[in-house]
Amino acid sequence: MNGIHDMGGLHGFGLVVQEKNEPVFHSHWESRIFCITQVLDTKEIWNLDEHRHEIELMNAADYITAGYYGRWLFAMERLLARKDILRSEEVQRRVDELHGGVSPLSPPDSSSRGWPLRDESKVRWGAWRHEQTVQPRFSVGDSVRVRNIHPEGHTRVTAYARGKVGVVDRVNAEPWVFPDTRAHYRGENTQAVYGVRIAATELWGPQAETNTWVFIDLSEDHLEPV
Amino acid sequence: MDNHSSNEKPWQAVRTEAVESLLVELGVIDSARVDEIVRHYEEKVGPKGGARVVAKAWTDQEFKKRLLADGLAACAELGLGGPETEKLHVVENTASVHNAVVCTLCSCYPWPILGVPPAWYKSSAYRSRMVREPRKLLTEMGLPLDPSVEIRVWDSVSEIRYLVLPERPEGTESFTEEQLADLVTRDAMIGVAKVTV
Repeated sequence: MNGIHDMGGLHGFGLVVQEKNEPVFHSHWESRIFCITQVLDTKEIWNLDEHRHEIELMNAADYITAGYYGRWLFAMERLLARKDILRSEEVQRRVDELHGGVSPLSPPDSSSRGWPLRDESKVRWGAWRHEQTVQPRFSVGDSVRVRNIHPEGHTRVTAYARGKVGVVDRVNAEPWVFPDTRAHYRGENTQAVYGVRIAATELWGPQAETNTWVFIDLSEDHLEPV
Repeated sequence: MDNHSSNEKPWQAVRTEAVESLLVELGVIDSARVDEIVRHYEEKVGPKGGARVVAKAWTDQEFKKRLLADGLAACAELGLGGPETEKLHVVENTASVHNAVVCTLCSCYPWPILGVPPAWYKSSAYRSRMVREPRKLLTEMGLPLDPSVEIRVWDSVSEIRYLVLPERPEGTESFTEEQLADLVTRDAMIGVAKVTV
């Protein structure tokens, strides 16, 4: 989807501010969200791509103001609600009770829910499938054009690269899961991923900096021969 | 503005507490496991791991060859590896080529090798500008590069992660591997700084 998350090339965000002696986490809740997500990642509840897509579905203004871990919190709540593992009313009730200092806290609803997962709901993690093989269509040195597509769902083809021509610099010939379809449970469609070298002038025209190249990793389905 | 402590909202802390406590009560997660992972990122994983890799590559040509051929396998020799990095490409800086890493779509980063990324790496400013005006941005970040130096920006939007192998600074010929590792910074391994003595 064409959203605010696809930031490559945008203007207006100002200076990059570097913090001296930055802590690993700035606050307790950030460390919890990051690490709860990593635990949930091992529970076969969701896949990597639907997690990223859930973040992309945030309202654009919220995306900017929530910050990195705020986006993860949003995605966690929404995915757990979507899978009927934790309902948004339950979370809101708990939030209200915590704010109000209520004791004892109301327990989660006793009605049946999507947890424990049924076998058919279990999701496989991993970015590539070691038991498969793929035959890459392109080779190092091939000229390729990034397909000019604007899918409404999840995609990893960046807007700034679409329609641009580059050269294959690296072939990652492992069977990589195709995020664009896995995010929506439309199949894994394993395929090679290519490191494509694109000249800054091709991407940015007269505003390009000299002697500069961008290398982008793109799935085979995002490329066409020139 | 994003990703800074100044932007911290207490409501996010309360929501986090609400979600975590409910998940524990439902038996979905175990808080002790979450604690363990927090400690892992706060104490065990971080740029020091990557710095060991770089220092070894500077002092051991055979290791460097293996590192450039298969980054993850070479890092595993030093006991480094884990979630969110299933393939690692190591890109080498030289006098004529400078590499830098970004993820314009979300903030992908080699967690097992460098730990949790700094806030600036995840900022809108870095993600938007690094692919469009890396020379200007690197200059602002304290790394002006001669126009004759080719810049290669790696937009790591797939599942391959990147580590920059910085140039070994002059005057370090007599340094031990440990002394070299102490010089290597996180920023140099992302490609927004050089290693200096």
